Amino acid sequence: MAEAAGLPAGRAVRLRIDSDGWIKRAFMAVIALYLIAALALPLYAMLSKSFVTYGFDLSRYEFQVSDDSGTVWGDPVSAATLNEQLGRFGPDDLRSSSDGRLAVTELFPDFSFRSPVKYRIRGTTDNAPYLVGLDLQNSTEWRELDSNTFRRVNLRPVTTTGLQNYVEYFSNPALFSSIENSLFIATISTVLTVLFAFGFAYALNRSCMPYKGTFRLIAMMPILVPSLLPGIALIYMFGNQGFLKGLLFGQTIYGPLGIVIGSVFFTFPHALIIISTALSISDQRQYEAAESLRASKWRTFWTVTIPGARYGLISAAFVTFTLVITDFGLPKVIGGQYNVLAIDIYKQVIGQQNFEMGAVVSVVLLIPAVIAFIVDRQVQKKQVSLLSARSVPYQPRPDRRFDLAMLAWCAVMGVFIAGIIGVCQFAALINYWPYDLTFSLRNYEFNRMDGGGWGAYWNSLELAALTAVIGTAIIFTGAYMVEKIDGFRTGRAAFQFLAMLPMAIPGMVLGLAYIFFFNDPANPLNPIYGTMTILVVSTVTHFYTVGHLTALTALKQIDAEFEPVASSLRQPFWRLFARVTVPVCLPAILDISIYMFVNAMTTVSAVVFLYSTHTALASVAVLNMDDAGDIAPAAAMGMMIFYTNATARVLHALASRRILSRTQAWRVR
Amino acid sequence: MTELTAEGPAPAAADPSYLKIEGLWKAFGDFVALRDVSLDIARGEFICFLGPSGCGKTTLLRAIAGLDPQSRGTIRQGGRDVSGLPASQRDYGIVFQSYALFPNLTVERNIAFGLENTRRPKAEIAARVAELLALVGLPDQAKKYPAQLSGGQQQRIALARAIAINPGLLLLDEPLSALDAKVRVHLRHEIKELQRKLGVTTIMVTHDQEEALSMADRIVVMNHGVIEQIGTPTEIYRHPATLFVADFIGETNRVATTYSAGAVTLGEAVLQTRAAGFADGAPVTLAVRPEDVLPHAVGHEAEPRPNHLNVRIGAMEFLGSYWRTHLTSPALGGTPLVANFSMNAVRRLGLGTGAEMTVELPAERVLVFPRGDEHG
Ligand SMILES: Nc1ncnc2c1ncn2[C@@H]1O[C@H](COP(=O)(O)OP(=O)(O)O)[C@@H](O)[C@H]1O
Ligand SMILES: [Mg+2]
Repeated sequence: MAEAAGLPAGRAVRLRIDSDGWIKRAFMAVIALYLIAALALPLYAMLSKSFVTYGFDLSRYEFQVSDDSGTVWGDPVSAATLNEQLGRFGPDDLRSSSDGRLAVTELFPDFSFRSPVKYRIRGTTDNAPYLVGLDLQNSTEWRELDSNTFRRVNLRPVTTTGLQNYVEYFSNPALFSSIENSLFIATISTVLTVLFAFGFAYALNRSCMPYKGTFRLIAMMPILVPSLLPGIALIYMFGNQGFLKGLLFGQTIYGPLGIVIGSVFFTFPHALIIISTALSISDQRQYEAAESLRASKWRTFWTVTIPGARYGLISAAFVTFTLVITDFGLPKVIGGQYNVLAIDIYKQVIGQQNFEMGAVVSVVLLIPAVIAFIVDRQVQKKQVSLLSARSVPYQPRPDRRFDLAMLAWCAVMGVFIAGIIGVCQFAALINYWPYDLTFSLRNYEFNRMDGGGWGAYWNSLELAALTAVIGTAIIFTGAYMVEKIDGFRTGRAAFQFLAMLPMAIPGMVLGLAYIFFFNDPANPLNPIYGTMTILVVSTVTHFYTVGHLTALTALKQIDAEFEPVASSLRQPFWRLFARVTVPVCLPAILDISIYMFVNAMTTVSAVVFLYSTHTALASVAVLNMDDAGDIAPAAAMGMMIFYTNATARVLHALASRRILSRTQAWRVR
Repeated sequence: MTELTAEGPAPAAADPSYLKIEGLWKAFGDFVALRDVSLDIARGEFICFLGPSGCGKTTLLRAIAGLDPQSRGTIRQGGRDVSGLPASQRDYGIVFQSYALFPNLTVERNIAFGLENTRRPKAEIAARVAELLALVGLPDQAKKYPAQLSGGQQQRIALARAIAINPGLLLLDEPLSALDAKVRVHLRHEIKELQRKLGVTTIMVTHDQEEALSMADRIVVMNHGVIEQIGTPTEIYRHPATLFVADFIGETNRVATTYSAGAVTLGEAVLQTRAAGFADGAPVTLAVRPEDVLPHAVGHEAEPRPNHLNVRIGAMEFLGSYWRTHLTSPALGGTPLVANFSMNAVRRLGLGTGAEMTVELPAERVLVFPRGDEHG
């Protein structure tokens, strides 16, 4: 810390660090290391990968050719010169991937493997790799080969770093159009979701309509299913054999239309929570003031309601935008030929094994996500300061016509959401759409399909449970260290930054980054690749930030003097942590764990790159079964996820209530 | 750990400095919150840090507690240099303004919190908790949660928790300021009694002068991060070292004037003072407390005696035990002199608004400070 000018000369007093202090620092170091290994290093690996290109550099090799006797040698000639003379390889031929091979005989039109002519090859620089058969050579010494062996000489690519991948990306119209597509569907979906969610939130907060609890419950249902589930329902309704296909008037559901409808479905609850919070903190007194000024309802709406909720609306818009633009499942299922960024990453990596280009698309996808993240953080800060002002909560008054209109709107949204889930359930229980409409459980016999079978479901359950337990422990402890440790300020700020970062990282990007980092044989952490561990690590990291913020909020409400009191009583911090901090924060801890559980059950984007045959997951199985045309089983698996999450939510609610009532005595005043 | 019962109030002379603070500085970035603070506290003393909000009292207390280390300077407690020790290795109990009671633990668990991992038998802990509850006068509240207690009760539980471990030093940061006035006055007395009984060296931070005057053995008056004066309540009140102290503790009338040969002049009146050490003609500020303005007689004296002043009575305010009276005089310029006259005096002299009278400002009560010392 900089010293103040007014102090006398001397050394700043530093408190000796007691065992408590060391334990705290050790804890924080462990969690910081976790975040570095699980987040910072993989991202770095991905970023650097995006700048790497592989190519054959012909100027690094020289050849000599003998006459027919095999004893008289011609002058050395570089491969580049040969290629210039022959025009054999164009620039495109010289680009490569990491395991490309270039047969050198192509540079010798007269070559015959039966001729007595001999060949010599050498590198002209230190790094000039080539293969003789399977033997990797890399030397500036001449190597003499007969023609039969020379046939099996291949050049290997060398790496160069630079912006070539980016140049290539932006000059490829097919790839570039994905940016437009992504922005297009994200913008449309955001506008629709925010409008719809605002109407719904308005009804919940500002009307006296009945069944608010039911509607709230229905609105939260999309959180419990993978984002690609609405895609499956939409296919059933509007797909090639859909029972409502006629409603589309010849439009196809496969493409932007389907993506947008599905996106509205799965982002709706996220936007609703944010907007509803913003509306619920508004101040009754402002409305009374407006009324006393005889402002019309319409005017009050625009001068009081909207400005009051503006931060919520902005925040909801950015969250929705990010969710849509980074989503992978939905466009995969219902996007048809319509390419978006997240799909491109998947195609580049899984389809073409072009990891470098996948990294480039990832970086491109990071940009809107990071911008949205920054804006959202700024807005959240402002909203918090609004919150702290003392205000009288708004009390709606019954108004028959208005309440009915609001009820109608919620009913429309409710039917839409429940309908999508209902169609999936229906699809899962129908024998063979559309030919045999009898009910059966055949579609739940996952072991008869590809995609991982019931094992995938149990894996998902294991992943969700582990993520909930381990993730919550890591996240809460980490947040405690950030909030309650004294001193060590720079370290804490860095930690806080790392904890906020995952929110800005799309799942696809994280997954790809993990491939680069953990699949590297030189990495000592390489053994976790392909195991359940890496799935848990990636999922905990992917959903870290929301949990961290929840924990911070809970911890900030705890008296800051608890730690000083405990140390004045010479009690170690972990005793305070276990006996006071954790019990007091238990509701928040339960919230974090259910959040982690539900998301681990539904997530596709990060894990789709990371699962192995032993660790197939239910959400990925939905994707793969759909891909293989087993749409009904895919819907059935999606519904399994739904049942599981719904059960988990119910158990969570029961547990929360029990814990609260058991410890309630101290909460009442 | 020392045992509570074994430790009576030691005579101050035997141990002149249980807590010795020397040359303490504290900076927050570029802001200097404590400036060369030095202080000796005897064993068993009750000390109050008194000063306006933001003057650095809490900062000093936190430095003593090892919660927020000083930037420069040393702190010795019981002969041990604790300057660099973390809180857990110092020897004190602390009560914060918020009480910081653990909300999910019952009163007895709260009090026992500091006792529990000391390898004491359960029965002994229970007995100690019962003893402490009796000590703070809440013997039947053991099973309640803090939220079920009143503010005053919570405050006493916090106190019991702090003294449970027999600390050598008790630190109280504005312990009464969150309570309403009646409870506050009552608790003042209780805390003081408790402290006397235990003989524990105590530092209490407060911005309430009445609290400090009524509780402290000695008061440390602070302003802008420096100590203005250290002394007993009467010393501080009677002989404030600076104009700030005179103003902050009690009330003063102040008048700008000049010093000459042991006296100052107000118009034609000459006021003898006990002040010394000023050059003739030095600009000074004269300060007189309202209760030190003595009503002398009705009517004007033709030739005022030394330390007598002819005034006219302005507004009078009845405040129960006395009349707060505004006196004007050409000698004072525009500012009125405020005096507190007893009911008896008013009745006896027949004082009333508009009347002329003579007042006396006794030489030993006329305070003189160098001018330019008006800060605060
Ligand atoms: N952690 C801190 N960072 C910066 N300034 C601080 C901090 N703590 C206290 N200060 C400043 O130091 C001064 C003294 O504060 P404090 O000791 O709390 O005053 P008080 O006498 O009211 O207890 C105040 O001006 C306050 O703003
Ligand atoms: Mg303070």
